[in-house]
Amino acid sequence: MTVTPIGIVSSAILLLFLSVLLASLLKNRQSLLINVSFIMASVSSLLGIAGGVWAVGGAFTIKLILPLGLPDLPFHLRIDPLAGFFITVICLLSFFVSVYSIGYIKGYLGRRPVTRLVIFYNLFLAGMLMVVLADDALFFLISWEVMAAASYFLVMFEDERIENRRAAFLYMIVAHVGAIAILLSFGVMAGLATGFESFNGYTFDAMREAQLPLSWATAAFLLAFFGFAAKAGVVPLHVWLPEAHPVAPSNVSALMSGVMLKTAIYGMVRVTFDLIGTYPWWWGAIVLILGLISAVLGVLYALMQNDLKRLLAYSSVENVGIILIGIGASMIFTSFQMPLLAALALIAGLYHTMNHAMFKGLLFMGAGSVLHATNERNMEQMGGLIHRMPWTAALFLIGCVSISALPPFNGFVSEWLMFQAFLLSPALPSPLLKLLIPLGAALLALTGALAAACFVKAFGVTFLGHWRGHHMPRVHEANWPMRTGMILAALTCLVLGVLPTFFIDWMDIIPEQLVGTKISASSGVYGWLWLAPVARERASYSGTIVFIGILLVVVAVYLILHVKPGAIHRAPIWDCGFGKLNQRMQYSATAFSMPLRRIFGFLFIIRERVKLSPRGLYTAVPKRLNYYLRVRDRSWGWLYRPIVEFSFWVSRQVGRLQQGRIQAYLIYSFITIIVLLVLSK
Amino acid sequence: MKLYKFVIEFLQIAILLGIAPAFTGWVRMLKCWSQGRTSAGLFQPYRDIVKLFSKDVLLADNASWIFRFTPYLVFGTAVLAGGIIPMLSLELPIASTADVIVLVALFAIARFFTALAGMDIGTAFGGMGSSREMTIASLAEPAMLMAIFTVSLASKSTSLSEMVHVIYSGQSILRPSLAFALFAFILIALAETGRIPVDNPATHLELTMIHEAMILEYSGRHLALIEWANMMKLFLFVMLGAAVFAPWGIAQTGDLAAIFAAFLIMLLKLATVGIVLVIIETGLAKMRIFRMTEFLGSAFLLATLGMLSFFILE
Repeated sequence: MTVTPIGIVSSAILLLFLSVLLASLLKNRQSLLINVSFIMASVSSLLGIAGGVWAVGGAFTIKLILPLGLPDLPFHLRIDPLAGFFITVICLLSFFVSVYSIGYIKGYLGRRPVTRLVIFYNLFLAGMLMVVLADDALFFLISWEVMAAASYFLVMFEDERIENRRAAFLYMIVAHVGAIAILLSFGVMAGLATGFESFNGYTFDAMREAQLPLSWATAAFLLAFFGFAAKAGVVPLHVWLPEAHPVAPSNVSALMSGVMLKTAIYGMVRVTFDLIGTYPWWWGAIVLILGLISAVLGVLYALMQNDLKRLLAYSSVENVGIILIGIGASMIFTSFQMPLLAALALIAGLYHTMNHAMFKGLLFMGAGSVLHATNERNMEQMGGLIHRMPWTAALFLIGCVSISALPPFNGFVSEWLMFQAFLLSPALPSPLLKLLIPLGAALLALTGALAAACFVKAFGVTFLGHWRGHHMPRVHEANWPMRTGMILAALTCLVLGVLPTFFIDWMDIIPEQLVGTKISASSGVYGWLWLAPVARERASYSGTIVFIGILLVVVAVYLILHVKPGAIHRAPIWDCGFGKLNQRMQYSATAFSMPLRRIFGFLFIIRERVKLSPRGLYTAVPKRLNYYLRVRDRSWGWLYRPIVEFSFWVSRQVGRLQQGRIQAYLIYSFITIIVLLVLSK
Repeated sequence: MKLYKFVIEFLQIAILLGIAPAFTGWVRMLKCWSQGRTSAGLFQPYRDIVKLFSKDVLLADNASWIFRFTPYLVFGTAVLAGGIIPMLSLELPIASTADVIVLVALFAIARFFTALAGMDIGTAFGGMGSSREMTIASLAEPAMLMAIFTVSLASKSTSLSEMVHVIYSGQSILRPSLAFALFAFILIALAETGRIPVDNPATHLELTMIHEAMILEYSGRHLALIEWANMMKLFLFVMLGAAVFAPWGIAQTGDLAAIFAAFLIMLLKLATVGIVLVIIETGLAKMRIFRMTEFLGSAFLLATLGMLSFFILE
């Protein structure tokens, strides 16, 4: 048997299943269990990376039919560059997170058994890989459910807390509403591919070949988009995300935010670009507009959060929005037969997919280390951790710089590519779109700037200043496996930012297959140092030289100033001669976001209350001051509450059938039989 | 020839380092005169910088490495930006490493770290300054990009040398979109460089300062670097505006006479901008912080109008 990419990835999946079996055998030896399972997960992730990188690099398209599943409905597997790319992204992060988990999960030892966590972690990884490999609707949906169910149990891991159970339940509902929509979408495509009498339409090949009438294609697209948007957390379907991601163990949050959302992106790209193939421009406009809304609202919600992991979860909504902006723009360009621009926008979207996986994984791992060390998620209690956790702080800072789209890190590259795609929009024939796209560029810029504010807050409040709580716990630095996982992720962020041309050349085959052209032709001429996706006069960027340039000047200035040893004196903070400053006088997380809360307040439901308790006669000097602030998502009120109320109303109406008398139930059965007999002639 | 280009590059950075304090001195001098005070002279900023460099650094007990690293980074990004913006010549070897989007991002990275340094000590002032600075930046940055994108739509490039080149060749003079973009750019430049009416560079009054609040705890060579970088930032914004909206004078060829002429024209532009800046600053009062939304909102609106008029009229 020869070695093929699909063989390697399948063996990675088998290894993960093997590790699940092994976990149930080792459940009495928890420490060994953790080492064995996560080392196996790391090895299978490495296998997956090898398979994925090879599949993209070699432009392989390999199919495999497994005689499993229902009779006459075998499972179809397929690896192509698009799948290979997503496998690489998933496995890259899962490798880092698995290494990190070896250290992180040890924190649970002695507190609770981790067998369940280990089993579902491996199942979850296997589920994600299977989704990407699936080449028929049946296997896709089974894998999708494996992934959803496994992640449900991971969110439920610490199930003694009521908010965890509620979050997991909400997640389950949204995941299943989405899954039903995806099922229906596949049903529409399969049914029209081969007719509703035959089952053969369930393979993706049949769907690719089918020529759907526009109305049905639109139905299929909208259903699929709804289903995948629910999983990806696109506004207004995002409400589960900030509930479910923070309560899961942090290594799982990293995977959920970093790569599970990406399987939904994969699904969207697969269905629109590959399965349906041709589409009108307004599909792209829908994706673009929802992407813009998610990006701006996501980052604004993130800014309002004081819980570190919730902040990160909301920022995932933002980044999914940015990815959708790229994909939506690519769809618009494709429908107007502008393959070069479509390729540029698609590359921007996919590059951001990879970048977001890396920096969000890194940030969640960092938040996990903080949680591990302090048992605290509320930023208002934190501060000054940079002194106790120098490694975590430095690595978290790299994540913050990357996600704020600052050069020379990776977030900037994808944002830059997206701006370039936007600036080419005058070539579009439709005047409406010509206006929409530049406004999109403005909103994208706003998102980037707000993200910087958000992550200054996240890093500044958590790691800088003094500890804000009453008693500082005994904070310890993250252990070596955790550090290694984070260091690897941080290095990847830097490499993706400094050497983007290598990665873009590598993944260029994807737009070539999906939209018909590639972009690197022009950048190749100019050398690998420069990223010049369109033309050299148009724009060019060299992350390497920017990085080296900044480094050189910083080092040179430092050395010049230190020729003559200048003294540094340490002293307490100058308190202007008043009493001693204490840690409660620092700027807090709530205060930091106050100006932006005021400016963008109309987007939220804000309830703010200040209560002064006077001290006897001296009303001017209050005894205590209570400040109450609650910022809520508007979408609960206008979207979810009506749905919840409606479903309760329907349940109550249906509930009237329930009489509690056996005679009534016999009559129901009798009527049902009569109706069925009449209907079936 | 390749080497010669690098010489010009270094010349440009040297001019940035050397003339930026004089420009700040010029603005301060004009301001003093316009308010009927005696000025400290054109060279006072140099004396300030030298004085600060020769002093010891006094650090707060809990200052972390971020606080000590920030001045170097802020200085480094300013120097790098000076290598990208065409001030004297279009033939800059490192200009192709970064276009105008990267330039905006370079200012953003300096701001990001300054804001972190403001929060590092854990005083209320530092945090307040960081919070306000990031708020203003998050409104100003998109407007800035929109204004510049309007120009780059007209010149079909985001590379600064290329933008200047296109404007030179006469394709985009007297466009209405550029007028809107210029006006927006002026408003944003006032905000980004911390001038009145957004921020007041001369005050240390608690409730009005933004940028100064973040760097309040700095001393010695750290403060010198930050102050110098700040002067360079003001200088660079003038140069950026000049390159994008009024590039006349920048040498297209590499010969020495053209570069010398470019240098003289640059000085002339600086002197003029200084006068305009002082008129604006003397004529306006500092705004309340929450009026800033309107100020920056109108900048954003103007930039958007510029872009719309590009699509509709051109």
